[in-house]
Amino acid sequence: MTDPRLFGLVLSGGHSRRMQRDKAGLEYAGRPQLARAMDLLQPLVARAFVSVRADQRDERTRAGYDSIADIHAELGPLGGIHAALTTHPAHAWLVLACDLPFLDAATLQHLIAHRARARLVTAYRSSSDGLPEPLCAIFEPSARAPIEHWIAQGQKCPRKLLSQSDVELLDLPNAHALDNINTVEEYSVAHAALGCARRLNVRYFAMLREQAGCSFEQLQTRAVTPADLYEELRQRHGLTLKPQFLRVAVNDEFGDWNLTLADGDTVVFLPPVAGG
Amino acid sequence: MSETIAAEFCLSESPLLTDELRRGLQDPVCGGYVAFEGWVRNANEGRTVLRLEYEAFAPLALREGQRILARARERFGVRHVCCAHRVGSLALGELAVWVAVSAVHRAEAFDACRYIIDEVKHRVPIWKKEHYQDGDSGWVNCEHCAAAPHHHEPLGVTTP
Repeated sequence: MTDPRLFGLVLSGGHSRRMQRDKAGLEYAGRPQLARAMDLLQPLVARAFVSVRADQRDERTRAGYDSIADIHAELGPLGGIHAALTTHPAHAWLVLACDLPFLDAATLQHLIAHRARARLVTAYRSSSDGLPEPLCAIFEPSARAPIEHWIAQGQKCPRKLLSQSDVELLDLPNAHALDNINTVEEYSVAHAALGCARRLNVRYFAMLREQAGCSFEQLQTRAVTPADLYEELRQRHGLTLKPQFLRVAVNDEFGDWNLTLADGDTVVFLPPVAGG
Repeated sequence: MSETIAAEFCLSESPLLTDELRRGLQDPVCGGYVAFEGWVRNANEGRTVLRLEYEAFAPLALREGQRILARARERFGVRHVCCAHRVGSLALGELAVWVAVSAVHRAEAFDACRYIIDEVKHRVPIWKKEHYQDGDSGWVNCEHCAAAPHHHEPLGVTTP
């Protein structure tokens, strides 16, 4: 169920100076990053918008989406967030940067599930420096006034604002989900990594189903083997069963923990059985 | 062998109709028939059990169950084999698993039946959740694999 009062915003108004190319248009597995971000966001919010500078509205990558243009120019991401909160003041905003190629649906779902509506912002704690990450966060309608105040004081840095505000801080279920891309070198590393990222299906049974809270999920992962995948899922869902007690099945047949998974494989981790 | 011998492993959400299943094992050449019924018992490891839930990973359970039955027929030279397992919620006393074998002589029928139930408990991806009188519940063979992995019984050695 999506919350009708939760809108989504992908920030694409940056100048991408270090990249020297528009980050929104950088492609991973053949799809521009802006479209990838919107693909993730759209199923989770009532409406999704692209935040643009006024002169970007008709740019090819952005033109197909509803957009909100900055009110104050040259304020960077904070300007985009401010424009969204001002244009639709009754709505909360799930805000995403346009340079997070490793972001996955699970990270957004976790953020939404743990949203603290009584606070100004719900955000993740950076896995590198422990500070709030403002560019994958939910801004409540109540955040508008403090942001206006902050802008009026001549401040621009959203991280600094969040580190001084009433923020619900969450730990990232996937530590690399918010790794961002600023340079050509970082892009080529991400591009290569995502080129071999797999879309995998996972089915859960018995105790693992109860702990994961679902019987099926589809995910994009850099895990190569079932062993890698279980470790990732164990962290994300807090699975308590140790892998040495489990068997693994791939595509409805028993498999090996160290086989190389292929895109589209369905993996099942089998808890100790107890038929009869 | 001219006729196709039914080797049937099945999962059922409704009570097992053993009379019907038994008919599939009748054969004029068979002088021995052995069946095993596993029932829902009212206690396990000192705790009072009120009911059970069985859950299966059906595609693999059917495949693995079928492999066990094929192996039993081959290894013991029996004529017909069948195993049906319940899934879903079961009350005390209900029939949870049914194994039957028919053979020319009784000895191989007994051996094959024992082999099948042991292998099914050991290998087929079916899980059992016990609901206890004190309101607690637990997945059999799993609970001790989480917090304290140092004490682990090999799979399949616990009795139902």
